[in-house]
Amino acid sequence: MGLGYLIKRVLTMVPVFFAVVTLVFFTIRFAPGGPFDEERRVPPEILENLNKKYHLDEPLYQQYFRYLGALAHFDLGPSFKHSNRTVNEIIAEAFPISFELGTYALIWALIIGLLAGGLAAYKPNSLFDYVPMSISIAGICLPTFVIGPLSILLFGLWMEWLPVAGWDDWPSKVLPSLTLGFAYAAYVSRLTRGGLMEIRNQDFIRTARAKGLKESTILIKHSLRGGLLPVVSYLGPAFAGLLSGALVTETIFNIPGLGRFFIQSALNRDYTVVMGTALLYFTLIFVCNFIVDVLYVVLDPRVRYE
Amino acid sequence: MSNTLTTTMTGTDLSMDTNLKDETGGVSLWKDAFRRLLKNKMAVIGGTFLLLEILLAIATPWIAPYDFEAQNLELWVEAPSALHWFGTDTLGRDLFTRVLYGGRISLMVGILASLVSVAIGVTYGAISGYLGGRVDSLMMRIVDVLYALPFIFLVIILMVYFGRNIYLLFVALGMTQWLTMARIVRGQVISLKEKEFVQAATSMGVRKSTIIFKHLIPNCLGPVIVFMTLTVPTVILEEAFLSFLGLGVQAPMASWGTLISNGVEVMEIRSTVLLFPAMALGLTLFSLNFLGDGLRDALDPKGAKD
Amino acid sequence: MAPILDVRNLKAHFHTRRGVVRAVDGIGFSLEKGETLGIVGESGSGKSVTQLSILGLLPTPPLKIESGEALFGGMDLLKASPSQLRSVRGNKISMIFQEPMTSLNPYLKVGTQLVEPLVQHRNLTKKEAWAKAVVSLEKVGIADAKSAMNSYPHEFSGGMRQRVMIAMALTTDPELLIADEPTTALDVTVQAQILDLLKSLQKETGMAIILITHDLGVVAGMADRVLVMYAGKAFEYGTTEDIFYRSQHPYTSALLRSTPRLDTEVGSLPPIGGSPPDLMRLTGGCPFYERCSVRLDDCKEIFPEVKTFANTHRSYCHLKELPQ
Repeated sequence: MGLGYLIKRVLTMVPVFFAVVTLVFFTIRFAPGGPFDEERRVPPEILENLNKKYHLDEPLYQQYFRYLGALAHFDLGPSFKHSNRTVNEIIAEAFPISFELGTYALIWALIIGLLAGGLAAYKPNSLFDYVPMSISIAGICLPTFVIGPLSILLFGLWMEWLPVAGWDDWPSKVLPSLTLGFAYAAYVSRLTRGGLMEIRNQDFIRTARAKGLKESTILIKHSLRGGLLPVVSYLGPAFAGLLSGALVTETIFNIPGLGRFFIQSALNRDYTVVMGTALLYFTLIFVCNFIVDVLYVVLDPRVRYE
Repeated sequence: MSNTLTTTMTGTDLSMDTNLKDETGGVSLWKDAFRRLLKNKMAVIGGTFLLLEILLAIATPWIAPYDFEAQNLELWVEAPSALHWFGTDTLGRDLFTRVLYGGRISLMVGILASLVSVAIGVTYGAISGYLGGRVDSLMMRIVDVLYALPFIFLVIILMVYFGRNIYLLFVALGMTQWLTMARIVRGQVISLKEKEFVQAATSMGVRKSTIIFKHLIPNCLGPVIVFMTLTVPTVILEEAFLSFLGLGVQAPMASWGTLISNGVEVMEIRSTVLLFPAMALGLTLFSLNFLGDGLRDALDPKGAKD
Repeated sequence: MAPILDVRNLKAHFHTRRGVVRAVDGIGFSLEKGETLGIVGESGSGKSVTQLSILGLLPTPPLKIESGEALFGGMDLLKASPSQLRSVRGNKISMIFQEPMTSLNPYLKVGTQLVEPLVQHRNLTKKEAWAKAVVSLEKVGIADAKSAMNSYPHEFSGGMRQRVMIAMALTTDPELLIADEPTTALDVTVQAQILDLLKSLQKETGMAIILITHDLGVVAGMADRVLVMYAGKAFEYGTTEDIFYRSQHPYTSALLRSTPRLDTEVGSLPPIGGSPPDLMRLTGGCPFYERCSVRLDDCKEIFPEVKTFANTHRSYCHLKELPQ
């Protein structure tokens, strides 16, 4: 994989990003309703002032270009609903919380998923296989917004082990992280098991055995790399899933993260916050997919992108 | 000649059915698949449960014990009783009735949106695969780029700004799921294109559109059905996700997602308001996944994924 | 001279959910230093399973060794512990496989894979092993051996990969090389090159070779002795001359008739009618019964006793004499 491919890859995303900006911008603006509709009691002159302040009185194309111009300086504009705050400020405050939540969720999902999947592949058709694989079916079938409330009921309200809302000390972070990561732990364990099981039947593993290598060498040196490729390629979609899962998790556990802001702002028609968060999501997902692709090439020498 | 080479056993692969003889071509393929499906206990249980559920959903208006809108504030979150099997919700409405109606909506959205995605994906994939060359690579490039976009965020924006219209929901959710379908069908078509019957049709001057819709698409049916069984739960989940966030179907109609969201609000007081709809959704998703897995194994005994 | 490998009455069956597959059912052979034994049979005749089960390379279960012994340097491989077997595999007995495209690990450099037997069995450091591996790559005719060590398998053609496999098998100077259809997946010209290479390496090192193939032509050019297998049974065993000129078994002669030869008129090659039996439904009789053109009544129920011709030649058939 040459540097050329990397550059090309980044460059193709520029028009896509541009298209997304345009699409989201006009979707929001063509939709009926505006940010100040619900404030019925606002006198017309104040409404006019508000519209003027946020340039909502200008023709749409002018607003669009104004937005693009600001975006070029990474300025996402002022929030319509949170007066005196910019979207950048809101993101700077809320994103670290979401990032922390997502990181914890992903880390425990990877650790548990890899261990459980590896063990299941090592002892297939045993209890080590059946138990985690049955649990993982639940993880795949049950959505975050069922797992979350159930875990609150069980660990928070009935057993009273853990706090059920907020995001400050570590006990308050346990349940949200477990909730968000559950589905990914389940997927990772299944992919690990499947990948390792498939590798076991490959001819080159038979070759390794015919060379008299130890089983542990065969597992670590010859199986892991190929066996974990499915997990690696799953990380891209998993990351996107984490972001949407965070919307639910943050809502359920009342965590002041970016996801909750996104939902609230969408319902409030806070145009700029919705735009800004959505663009941040797109960028994150693009960056993550990009990293996964690079990782894939590092792991599988046969894959070359032109 | 070819007979002497049909192997009874190759290496360690004993999974192959040595008695499998294809006498009558197409018909026996489906019969065979059905026979294999019936052997899979979980798939049969899942399928039966779904069948029952679909029947219930169709019959709901006649069998529901109460009106789904009938409020009775004196029966605020009652426990399950002989009168109200699942208890009542925050507006004193019969939860059993609400779950029945919610299932109707969830299943309808799942099936219709999946059909939308199948229609788009199959057409797109078949055209791309059949035309080949530059058109194909351009069309697949577009799919690659779209893959990187988190559609669910676009759907959220659409739902917020264009009202929670149920038809928009079908289309929006269907739009999120067609990409993989397009890839699968394209792959199938490319391999089918080389088959004699397609080349014969081409050489006889049959029109391209006729070849695509009469010869190619019908022969992709197996993978399409398998993938559709996996799409339906995904779509049901996405709809429930949106409804949970308050962006799905509009009150007083309610899908399972809405009911779960209502249940979360009062779960400290009466957990059954959460548990019954969560169970309905969970069991449905379990059943769909088991049926999907069973169908995949039945239609594709070698377990090839692509 | 004592044979280096002596296999007697080997029975290896797969126990599957649908029944027992008698993949190997009473096979015996032996070979001496520097000798080449050809094992011939159609797909599914059990020729690969025979070798893989001797080396413990098949999962047990489903495979179960029912009986027999495989003596190698005073050790019965069939009763050896996993670690004993491991110290023999890739050391004194090496193996190369049919599919050079998939037999090398695609994720590891050729060099990394080549040094493994040396590091495992000779206690060499990586560096020493690397130097030795370069030499063995040169021996199998890979031009730029040093840079080949740093390449990945997918950068080579099938023939080159098979050369790498051979080099890897020979780094430890094995006493026995088991070659499982080493040329089947290769182009005809490459096939000849690989076989010539094996022959010259054998001359150089004095190793014995077991050559598994379905191609009688390959056997004729390479083997000193031949074992003909069918449906898990030995049908005929003898020197190459015994098999090619004095065959006593109807299956062998049918095989020979269906193989093109340079020294006879090109006419039609009669194929063997029918197909091999389902190994799960074998009766006590001769498994070739259904397809045999000279079958007797006994053949259906009783598998024949061994008949010895010259000292070296054994055949399993009820016929007194094979009609020419």
